[in-house]
Amino acid sequence: MSDAPEFTDYVADILKEVGNIGAAHAATALSELIQEQVNMTVPSARMVPFREVPELLGGEEMLSAGVITQIKGSLSGNLLLVMAAESAVQLVTRLLPAESKGVQDFTAMDFSALAEVGNILGGSFINAISDLTGFTLHVTVPGVAVDMAGAILSICLLSAELTMDEALLVETSISQGTSSIDAHIILIPEPDSMDRLLKALGA
Amino acid sequence: MLDTGRLSVVRIGIADAGLASKPQRIRTNGLGSCVGVVIYDERSGICGLDHVMLPHAPKGKPVTPAKFADTGLPWLVEKLLESGAERRHLQAKLAGGAQMFSSASGSALLRIGPRNVEAVLESLQELKVPVVSQDVGGSAGRTIEFDPATSVLHVHTALEGTCEI
Repeated sequence: MSDAPEFTDYVADILKEVGNIGAAHAATALSELIQEQVNMTVPSARMVPFREVPELLGGEEMLSAGVITQIKGSLSGNLLLVMAAESAVQLVTRLLPAESKGVQDFTAMDFSALAEVGNILGGSFINAISDLTGFTLHVTVPGVAVDMAGAILSICLLSAELTMDEALLVETSISQGTSSIDAHIILIPEPDSMDRLLKALGA
Repeated sequence: MLDTGRLSVVRIGIADAGLASKPQRIRTNGLGSCVGVVIYDERSGICGLDHVMLPHAPKGKPVTPAKFADTGLPWLVEKLLESGAERRHLQAKLAGGAQMFSSASGSALLRIGPRNVEAVLESLQELKVPVVSQDVGGSAGRTIEFDPATSVLHVHTALEGTCEI
């Protein structure tokens, strides 16, 4: 085996803290966007084997919405925001008040609203990592898909290529008024980047 | 009477491959840019499915053969022949290879679906396995299930309905 740093409880705590800082920034940005108070919390951050990720989302065939952004700079990889279809509908309805509808009725405007949310969440998360590690990082224009969870996730697994079999999963809960939306932020750094990130975080 | 044998479905995970024989069926869920390739021998009722994730295996590294088109399909053919299928009766059906994300940045990664399809077709041609039908490309994820008793490949999508090829 290599001398790659290990993912310990200590690192998990740091990443959860990164998630919390990112979530706080994202909540502020989302609040401004919809002109209402939004709260975000991060119940957990952990490493999860790729194969188990679809189960966490309710199975490979579960209708879901995903927003993918690529991370560039000192680290490279993918960041995926993924949530169940109902959560995506709630979120979009919040951003663009409209008649009740399902994801199958989403318009280009709805997709772009989802992309913006992914941008805000992803950007906040990446900035938090950047502040903590001193790495220069930026994210690309997001891509959006509404489809089966398995199909959405598979594209992210590709970037991790051959050696990686785990991803960093940050669970987030977005609440506004009485409604709450569960989303997952999945960080899939390329293998070298994962090592660099863990080292920079003190692993 | 409930025929439990008829209901048995072999499930294949991402970057995995396996065999089934009638009355079993074989299935893989949530194909996005990946390609599900079924190779079957109609006469002996044996079939195999590979959930191909990437076009080409890297040189000089230990790999999971099923993950790549150029290593997975030769592996599958070999397993089919070992299980009693006849090479001259082998045929293939495939589905998947979608472009899941529309993105302004349009990286090579996001265009992996069409490249996977191309690599699968090349590999099948080298193996001299004729392609009977295919449902590839587009932007929708697919779940597929093959029934070796009828040689029908059922293709389901989340929002665009179901078809049989």
